[in-house]
Amino acid sequence: MERNSQLVQGLLFGIAFGFLLQKGGVTRYDVIIGQLLLEDFTVVKIMLSAVLTGMIGVHVMKRLGWVRLNPKPGSWSQNVIGGLIFGAGFALLGYCPGTIAGAIGNGFLDALAGGLTGILIVSGLFAALYPRLRDGLLRAGYYGDVTLPGLLRVGDWTVIVPLGALLALTLFLLERAGL
Amino acid sequence: MDWLTASTWSPYAAGAGIGVLSWLTLLVSGHPIGCSTSFARTAGMIEKLFRGRKVEEKLFYREIPPVVDWQWMLVAGMVLGAALSAWLSGDLRLQWIPPKWEAAFGDDRLTRIAVAVAGGILLGFGSRWAGGCTSGHGISGTMQLALSSWVSACCFFIGGIATAVLSFG
Repeated sequence: MERNSQLVQGLLFGIAFGFLLQKGGVTRYDVIIGQLLLEDFTVVKIMLSAVLTGMIGVHVMKRLGWVRLNPKPGSWSQNVIGGLIFGAGFALLGYCPGTIAGAIGNGFLDALAGGLTGILIVSGLFAALYPRLRDGLLRAGYYGDVTLPGLLRVGDWTVIVPLGALLALTLFLLERAGL
Repeated sequence: MDWLTASTWSPYAAGAGIGVLSWLTLLVSGHPIGCSTSFARTAGMIEKLFRGRKVEEKLFYREIPPVVDWQWMLVAGMVLGAALSAWLSGDLRLQWIPPKWEAAFGDDRLTRIAVAVAGGILLGFGSRWAGGCTSGHGISGTMQLALSSWVSACCFFIGGIATAVLSFG
């Protein structure tokens, strides 16, 4: 059990996150599906500006020694197969595990009665299958917690600067194209 | 205070806000933003109600204990934060069928709920399989430049776009 102060911090950060998601419009099925049909680029605009802002900030804090980053380990089989299955669910449901919490707060009952039920059922099922998966299929093509700079054997900022420019350029071109 | 009651903000304002929030969660709490693991913990808590403490002995729940932690409270807070935001702009309402769904597939509630359950099953399975979701991999992981997160985030959208185009096409 984590300390109470941690739990209170989590709650307050969650309120801010849910507020931002709702104001961004992404608690709505129509906005998510509009993105996946490539008609409405709200989701991509929010994600890329969050990643751009976040990437610079967390790496400055890492450089200053204020925080330790914790990149998730993974494998090709884990991230490609899991990612594609996730994507299919994302399109059928029209919410993701984060925005579904916001959608429930917004009053969307398909998220509460449908999506949440499905996620909870399958999470229990996954826990039952996990011992057979962990050292088998999930390990195929394991690459661990490697980062892009680690993979390329360069410093963090050698990746951050061009990648940040690429994200900014993508946003600029989306606006220019009127999307 | 018009910005508080506005129905939507610029996606860049919302996105930059989430970016700054991710600095703060890491600096203050030492955790990156993430969501999907909390659903796995909740499933374990529910299973514990029926089967008791032996649920905690399962390999999965030894790694992901079925307890309320920082991220679980984050997800609970998200429900409240979205409700607050929607209430301030007058958008808080009960809705079974999203408008875009209704236009394409009709207004039958049972159909929508059945597809939402199926979507939830794939989403939940995929996020456990991939080790994260649109928040943990898509935002927090990509900003930390993790290879696992960039691969996952690309596959989320490849799978999502293909499924959406096929089902609406």
